[in-house]
Amino acid sequence: MQTVKMVVTGPFAAGKTSFIRSVSEIDVVSTERKISTEAERIKETTTVAMDFGRITVDDDLVLYLFGTPGQKRFDFMWEILSEGMLGFIVTVDSTRPETFREAKGILQTFRAYAPTPYVVAANKQDMEAAWTVEDLRIALKLDPAVKMLPCVASDRESVKKVLLELLYSILEDMEKK
Amino acid sequence: MAVKGNLRDFSVTQLLNLINLARKTGTLTVEGPNEAAWVSFQAGKLIYAQLGNEDGTLVGILVRTGRITAKQAQVIKSHAGDKSDKELGLLLINAGYLTQQDILAGIRQYIIDIVYRLFTWVDGFFRFDNDVLPPDDRIVMRLDLENIIIEGARRMREWEQLQEELPNLDMALDFIERPGANIRDVNLNVEEWKVVSYINPKNSIRQIMKANKMNELEIRRIVYALIQAGLVEVVRPPGMPLPPQARQVPAVDKRQQSSLVNRLIDRIRSL
Ligand SMILES: Nc1nc2c(ncn2[C@@H]2O[C@H](COP(=O)(O)OP(=O)(O)OP(=O)(O)O)[C@@H](O)[C@H]2O)c(=O)[nH]1
Ligand SMILES: [Mg+2]
Repeated sequence: MQTVKMVVTGPFAAGKTSFIRSVSEIDVVSTERKISTEAERIKETTTVAMDFGRITVDDDLVLYLFGTPGQKRFDFMWEILSEGMLGFIVTVDSTRPETFREAKGILQTFRAYAPTPYVVAANKQDMEAAWTVEDLRIALKLDPAVKMLPCVASDRESVKKVLLELLYSILEDMEKK
Repeated sequence: MAVKGNLRDFSVTQLLNLINLARKTGTLTVEGPNEAAWVSFQAGKLIYAQLGNEDGTLVGILVRTGRITAKQAQVIKSHAGDKSDKELGLLLINAGYLTQQDILAGIRQYIIDIVYRLFTWVDGFFRFDNDVLPPDDRIVMRLDLENIIIEGARRMREWEQLQEELPNLDMALDFIERPGANIRDVNLNVEEWKVVSYINPKNSIRQIMKANKMNELEIRRIVYALIQAGLVEVVRPPGMPLPPQARQVPAVDKRQQSSLVNRLIDRIRSL
């Protein structure tokens, strides 16, 4: 039995838990807590240790999806979660430009942990205030080679598309080596 | 009750506000990430500061703020005997070495720079000792805290932003190859050129900082500007060891690996 994992990261409230929930076959084992600090009270609960989702491929292969906690004071978890990952997804809340800078920082940190392929999911594209993928690419100063995909984390088809694009990148990366 | 605690719970901004509003007299000791600082106040005004084991005497301050050279400092020291800073200051003025204004501006800059640096410390113990003041012979200032707090808070915000954008100083920099872009055509100031001259995927940002004797705020500011201008990008230095846990998928052979990824792809398509 082999297990592989991918990590879903991004700033606070970017939609990591929703993303994993959309495709996991088990109820996401989430470590949500009521939010304590006033500053971050833009929603009711937040992930404090990690999210954990599962997709069984066949009898001897399982894919785990790990979601990182978004609040900065839990970033000591990141390095642990990135261990041995196949690739990672950076989710960005396309409606909140105040988080773009942090998203870029998280992206760089993960890239430093492991030089694995990654894609950026421009999440919440269903909302009116969402920045377009093109504008977001400029705002995040992404290399043209990095894939940036529109996403609605609550929509399974949309999440599937992001996961597939990451897997295609992983495949390409393997063939290069 | 003594004022003491940790900067995590009570920030430098809050501390200075308290000292200002309560018109406190005494010395604040702060243990920062790599060094300690002592900052003294008289009736809520900033009067003196000393950082770690830096030479906080008048001669040390004048060298540090570029008012005299290290060589001149040696000469002065050898002639000064055990004169107090105040006596020495008068001597320098009378001898026509420096004006009173030079001396006061140097001390002022030195003290304020230390206080600004405190704003970047987010963790560390502090203690305020009432009525403890710097040694008598030191030249002290009387600086209003309001403006220092405003400027310090501004710098702290900048610091936080820069840290988010550039979290890891162990990464290196490389020039972005872009048609039509030539670094020689860009107007850079001396400090920026100093950084640019060390840019190479082999040098970490931290090494560039040390080579230029800059602090973290200064190097982050410059690197950030260069990134913003689209001139450079952050890259992983070749020798940088991967953290042990970053080891990749078990090194099975390539065919097996791509078969694994293809199985994942098929499965996700079928969801
Ligand atoms: N409209 C819309 N709302 C979304 C989308 N994705 C997530 N949300 C909402 O955004 C909020 C945050 O989503 P979460 O999935 O909890 O985000 P998170 O990244 O796990 O948050 P933390 O764990 O606290 O960092 C929730 O209210 C979600 O319902 C989306 O694509 N569209
Ligand atoms: Mg979550």
